Amino acid sequence: MIISEQWLREWVSPKMSTEELAHQITMAGLEVDAVEPVAGDFSGVIVAQIISAEQHPDADKLRVCEVSTGDGSVQIVCGAPNARAGLKAPLAIVGGVLPGDFKIKKAKLRGVESFGMLCAEQELGLSDANEGLMELPDDAPVGRDLRDYLGLEDKAIEIGLTPNRADCLGVAGIAREVGLLNNLSVCEPVIEPVPASVDDSLPVELLAPERCPRFVGRVIRGVDITRPSPLWLREKLRRVGLRSIDAVVDVTNYVMMELGQPMHAFDLAKLRGGIRVRTAERGEKLELLDGQTVELDSETLVIADHEKAVAMAGVMGGQGTSVSAATTDLFLEVAFFAPTPMAGKARAYGLHTDASHRFERGVDFTLQQRAMERATGLLLEIVGGAAGPLQETVSSAHLPARPDVTLRAARIPKLLGFELDGEEVERILSGLGLGVTATGEGWLCTVPSWRFDIAIEADLLEELARVYGYNRLPATRLSGDLVMPARPEKHQSVSALRRHLAARGYREAITYSFVDPKLQKLFDPGLEPVALSNPISADMAVMRTSLVPGLVSAVLRNTKRQQPRVRLFETGLRFLPGEDCLKQVPTLAMVITGSRFAEGWNVDASAADFFDLKGDLESLVALTRASDDFSFHAARRDALHPGQTAFITRDEETVGYVGALHPSICSELGVQAPLYVAEITLSTLLEAELPVFAELSKFPEVRRDLAIIVDKEVPAEALLRNVRASAGTYLTDLTLFDVYEGKGIDPKRKSLALGLTFRDSSRTLSDEDVNEAVKQVVDSLDKNYKAELRG
Amino acid sequence: MENLDTLAGQAKAAIEAADDGATLEQLRVDYLGKKGQITALLKGLGKLSPEERPAAGAQINVVKQELQQLIGERKSALEAAAVEAQLAAETIDVTLPGRGQSTGGIHPVSRTMERMEAFFAAIGFEVVEGPEVEDDYHNFEALNIPAHHPARAMHDTFYVDEHTVLRTHTSPVQVRVMESQQPPLKIICPGRVYRCDSDLTHTPMFHQVEGLLIDEHTSFADLKGVIEAFLREFFERELAVRFRPSYFPFTEPSAEVDIQCVNCGGDGCRVCSQTGWLEVMGCGMVHPRVFEYSGIDTEKYTGFAFGMGVERLAMLRYGVNDLRLFFDNDLRFLEQF
Repeated sequence: MIISEQWLREWVSPKMSTEELAHQITMAGLEVDAVEPVAGDFSGVIVAQIISAEQHPDADKLRVCEVSTGDGSVQIVCGAPNARAGLKAPLAIVGGVLPGDFKIKKAKLRGVESFGMLCAEQELGLSDANEGLMELPDDAPVGRDLRDYLGLEDKAIEIGLTPNRADCLGVAGIAREVGLLNNLSVCEPVIEPVPASVDDSLPVELLAPERCPRFVGRVIRGVDITRPSPLWLREKLRRVGLRSIDAVVDVTNYVMMELGQPMHAFDLAKLRGGIRVRTAERGEKLELLDGQTVELDSETLVIADHEKAVAMAGVMGGQGTSVSAATTDLFLEVAFFAPTPMAGKARAYGLHTDASHRFERGVDFTLQQRAMERATGLLLEIVGGAAGPLQETVSSAHLPARPDVTLRAARIPKLLGFELDGEEVERILSGLGLGVTATGEGWLCTVPSWRFDIAIEADLLEELARVYGYNRLPATRLSGDLVMPARPEKHQSVSALRRHLAARGYREAITYSFVDPKLQKLFDPGLEPVALSNPISADMAVMRTSLVPGLVSAVLRNTKRQQPRVRLFETGLRFLPGEDCLKQVPTLAMVITGSRFAEGWNVDASAADFFDLKGDLESLVALTRASDDFSFHAARRDALHPGQTAFITRDEETVGYVGALHPSICSELGVQAPLYVAEITLSTLLEAELPVFAELSKFPEVRRDLAIIVDKEVPAEALLRNVRASAGTYLTDLTLFDVYEGKGIDPKRKSLALGLTFRDSSRTLSDEDVNEAVKQVVDSLDKNYKAELRG
Repeated sequence: MENLDTLAGQAKAAIEAADDGATLEQLRVDYLGKKGQITALLKGLGKLSPEERPAAGAQINVVKQELQQLIGERKSALEAAAVEAQLAAETIDVTLPGRGQSTGGIHPVSRTMERMEAFFAAIGFEVVEGPEVEDDYHNFEALNIPAHHPARAMHDTFYVDEHTVLRTHTSPVQVRVMESQQPPLKIICPGRVYRCDSDLTHTPMFHQVEGLLIDEHTSFADLKGVIEAFLREFFERELAVRFRPSYFPFTEPSAEVDIQCVNCGGDGCRVCSQTGWLEVMGCGMVHPRVFEYSGIDTEKYTGFAFGMGVERLAMLRYGVNDLRLFFDNDLRFLEQF
């Protein structure tokens, strides 16, 4: 919503600068987004009149004009097609400056001298119009400074109104606010009823009275639509961002911008029978003013004549009944359409108009007659004609109810935290147009017809705070009972995991929760992802079923930017479609590629592999103090290398996986170096065990190393579990310190070197104790894995 | 006794010249050992007359002690030199870079979110999270935004189907808490939110931290106090904060909060579009209808709610000039945090 400061000041004019005014209304909740001058920065431009215009001797498109400046005349060479004798137009005189610091000098155009420049609107920064000279009215005083004449020392104030303040979608509403804020009375224009001079009228039927409970119509006969809108009207509209079309449209727009009431004018000759305000027939077609033909649904309210729909009610008029240069008789419509059923209707057709914007938010339902009289008066003045009687059709039962609202004085300190003087309460509320009656415990308020946002006590409290000024309200420090919160020690924070991974060289990434469906399918072909019905783009169309595709894409973007070593992790939700409902699972994912360590003078330069990532994952698992509950076992998963993938289980339940990206996926995605990914359900890592103390033994430990040979297929983890289970209670530590395959070993087998540490808490172990334990281990390995001791 | 002087002279010279422990030990044996030359002189004292003996003995003993001391000193010197030599040989360039895994880092959004949570946790707010694919009821309806409410147009919602959306704010988490717990409530809801909008200053996904406090005596003054304190602590400076009336369907009174521009200090610059102010969050007193939806007694309880964009605060705090960098995951960006 743009208003012109001058226009506002015609209604109410506080003694303050534009900046102060803008700040004041911003702080009252009408946020000023911009304050712009209504014209370009120029000087030395006057009203001038072309006395004669002759063809330039050497240029087809130029004319040599004799131009009156009031106190003399000058010769101007001009290329504008409308430069003609008698025309009044702006003249930039020699020494004048046009926007862009363009200085006007004496010039020679094709050999003819020119002492200034006649201007188009665009050249003065008034509008985009540059097809010809700006045409000034015949009564424009020649010689007068144009800025003075047009009152251009004005500002266009753009206000970003919140949807609840439809009452401010017109100068009248903003003036009401400004008046209250400054304790000034508002000077409204006098609007006299226009007496009927012809009897013509049109029957109006309200067939959907709950949606259109009031319709005011009027016939105006014998108008001359060729008469242009006066300059003052065009200027006012221009400054609030509306283009002048013709006098009829301009007047309806003017009334809308002034009072906030949208209206529409029909060509009476094109209406058949009378007016019916009804819902559309399903499939009924209507060609709109913007040229498009829409197929209406049965929820859409239309203005129809006795044959067909002629306008989409409260949104846009129809082409077939529109006013044209040939129109001589008008039918004016000023209606109230209920906001709730209007909501979203225009949008359903891809439309958004000044009218629909207002009706959706709520137009004063008592304003229609006044608006009609205002428009009629202006039209008769500009295009002439004879007005018929003002016809009002109303269904009172369907007009919005405005129940009284009670304000209890005690609620003011309770909600706002301060005491407001009773007189001030009454001043503010009555200034907003409410009827205020003091009661024992507060006030009973009637609500004005233009406020659709006041129905409960809280609405009144907001008004009080807003008008009084939020910044004048106190700020207090929170106080209350101090309660010791529960902080379960077994619960680990995600923050701790983040820091752990950061310490291990990972950077946290945040990727979009929606991914390319093709990528999703590559990683989880078996899952039908949740799809968005209105994605922002085709490659962000489905909700991720895994965090890995997003991370892999992030890796790719980095490797393409010459960052060959990447270690990323992310936490966030996976969206897993289930049979009954969608599961939104907090998840941690990691991805690594490139060298194991950052390049350095003394570090291993080899590439990271599966075990680097697994080691990082194990270090996270270790934070739970429940490593024994976790197990890794070989598995297959889509998109991963079948020989380098493990599922992770905790207490037999699969909670994640770690693996190498499948080489064929790598080549499909353009991944150059091996890339390892892991994903694990976050909750698994957040449930930790408490530390439990065990007595420290005073007795020495005994270490025995075993080299055993088993089939290559035997998984190390199972074998180690077997050793732990069979070694007896003295075993305190077990390490696997070497794996060997190759020369000296059966090619189908491998050698594993195990370090076993024994200790007892009550005595020094004897050789026999240890030998017995080792024997049990060897026997069990032999029995379960056909293991033999290596010579 | 010229003999003694000569011997002493030779010995001193030899000790002085000894350049390792073994040579020195040999000299000790040669002069002071059981068969050493000085020892021999002492043994030869018996041949002297009793009158001469004491003086001669004393002279020899002086020489002996002198040599013993010299040998001791020389030995210490040699040992010290040996240690020196070893240390010199072991000297490294301590300025060479150390070894091991380089340190990674936390995403600036997480970093900011964790800081924000910490301020509120310190005054008793609990962190609560919730689903991101949300039903229409929790995202809109229960927050007093019925279907076709003009405020829905402010949200640019992603739809999954007619009744399911990607949450446009983290407020539905507050609704879920109000449904399941009775006041007093003090919660903070951080998380991802989604709006169907993508340009220079909007990404279709971003993060919010929203807060809710409901108690028997909670007023707009408390809200102002909390927000002002938070903003000053977050930016670690005294900055002007202003509350501007605004409109949200779920709060009343509603306010938008501006801070004095942290880039120019309020003089007007590119960051604040020359206004000197930066809009950083929305807030207000919980609308009675929102309480009614969740079955909270509007007479007994009042509450406030606030919500802020994490990226916005992170950009202001760290001077990031392009929102889209947060989700591009360029290491050159991530490595700065």
